[in-house]
Amino acid sequence: MNSNILQLIYLIGSVSFMIGLKMLSKPDTARKGNLIAAFGMTVAIFGTIFLYENSEGISLHNYGWIFGGLIIGSILGTLSAKKVKMTQMPEMVSLFNGMGGACAMLISAVEFTHLTDKHEIGALPQGHLLIIMLGLIIGSISFVGSLVAWGKLSGRVGDKTLKIQQVVNIGLLLLILGIACYTILVGPAETVTYFYVIWGLSVLYGILFVMPIGGADMPVVISLLNSFTGVAAAMGGFLYDNKVMLVGGILVGSAGTLLTLVMCKAMNRSLTNVLIGNFGGGNTGEASTSPSGGHIREINPGDTAILLKYANKVIIVPGYGLAVAQAQHVCHELEQLLESEGVGVKYAIHPVAGRMPGHMNVLLAESNVSYDKLVEMEHINPEFTTTDVVLVVGANDVVNPAAKTDPSSPIYGMPILDVENAKNIIVMKRSMKAGYAGIENELFYQPKTSMLFGDAKATLAKLVNEVKAL
Amino acid sequence: MLEFINSNIQIVYLVILMIFVGIELIEKVPSVLHTPLMSGANAIHGVVIIGAIIIMGQAETMFATILGFISVILGTLNVVGGFVVTDRMLEMFKKKK
Repeated sequence: MNSNILQLIYLIGSVSFMIGLKMLSKPDTARKGNLIAAFGMTVAIFGTIFLYENSEGISLHNYGWIFGGLIIGSILGTLSAKKVKMTQMPEMVSLFNGMGGACAMLISAVEFTHLTDKHEIGALPQGHLLIIMLGLIIGSISFVGSLVAWGKLSGRVGDKTLKIQQVVNIGLLLLILGIACYTILVGPAETVTYFYVIWGLSVLYGILFVMPIGGADMPVVISLLNSFTGVAAAMGGFLYDNKVMLVGGILVGSAGTLLTLVMCKAMNRSLTNVLIGNFGGGNTGEASTSPSGGHIREINPGDTAILLKYANKVIIVPGYGLAVAQAQHVCHELEQLLESEGVGVKYAIHPVAGRMPGHMNVLLAESNVSYDKLVEMEHINPEFTTTDVVLVVGANDVVNPAAKTDPSSPIYGMPILDVENAKNIIVMKRSMKAGYAGIENELFYQPKTSMLFGDAKATLAKLVNEVKAL
Repeated sequence: MLEFINSNIQIVYLVILMIFVGIELIEKVPSVLHTPLMSGANAIHGVVIIGAIIIMGQAETMFATILGFISVILGTLNVVGGFVVTDRMLEMFKKKK
């Protein structure tokens, strides 16, 4: 009886995941979709705790431990998710993803000991062993890989690349799969030892897999690891013949893979290129450094304020610099001030501005910038020709004309914002340091461009004061 | 191995169907929603916690108890943290009046 109800609950859970995911992909319904998926998850969790019976009809016990774990996890999870700053969101997602991977990994480890308790070594059921091994390998890679990605995003881990890294990685992966196949098919007496060897090598692979990928590409990697964890969760579903785990895991696995590809496409790069391209890893070709060596023109906040105030149309291009400086509020203040002076202000949002897609939208929405002022790249690009002043706030690679003109540039082919079509371009930056791609930006040397050096927040505050004083 | 696939043929069908459903569901996602969607999907794969609960609830040995307990905590972190972070991101997308 109980298990029949549970199956129904799992059905509700599975459907809610599908509906939730569907709604999450539309701006209007996204928040509700998230809640629906969370509801499905809650139902499935409590259903399992109270109604689960194993094949011998025995219910679960150890309720103290289960609820203890749930409570500790909920408190820690809620606190860290509430406290995290908007700029650190991608790190947080990566960390939570790693937790899921670790969970799948541990499940495999425990189930392996169950398997060896029940069966003779050498006569382990191959199907079960295969699933346990896959869960272990994928879970470990996802766990360790996510931790490395988290470390990179928070600046704890640098980009390190060996020349033969890719060869080592592929070799290691083949070795892991080879040992796994051998263990499953032959069933040697040392199965237990091999199991732990595979575990160790998978952990190592997780590190080596993410280590050479540049910090700027982490969102893509996190998305990929996210779908890995989905597959690892689905392995658990196989193991327990549990439909909701299977549906949830596979859904995330396939949707996550597609999302990863879509993200790559937004940068006009292929997944292979991201994974082995070492983009942003610091060793991009010398050919891409600026040949111009021209002069840059500096401008002070006072002159900038005059330009802005007497313009008809201003477009602000926000980038990661805005996020780091937490300058979104003062940016909004400047925008409102200019609007009240009769200047039309819009924001140009490049799909990969910042460190994650949608980063700028989230950030500016936080400071109450109206939704319709944020214009996506395809729609804003034709408008630059009629724009008086473009204010680039802490963005670099997304306005680099080399993406269109220089085939040797590592970002060649990436769609960019056509800011050079505007009458005046003011670039706010802390220094002349290169952006993530590690390449020079010729835009800065163009005669129409002026550089306004300084921290984004402090400089924007100065601009606000100057405009007010005029 | 063939036997194993045969005895789980329903699951194999389910997996293949879900792969297609997953692709269909998010086919037309605008780029502003990439990160929230990734985060939401991240929370959904926290469903792996059900496996952790089953292990914990059947644990007899010290080994299984400790690992089970840790995995329940990790799974909960994934689920709760994932949904809360996603909600916080999406909160920012509220229509301004």
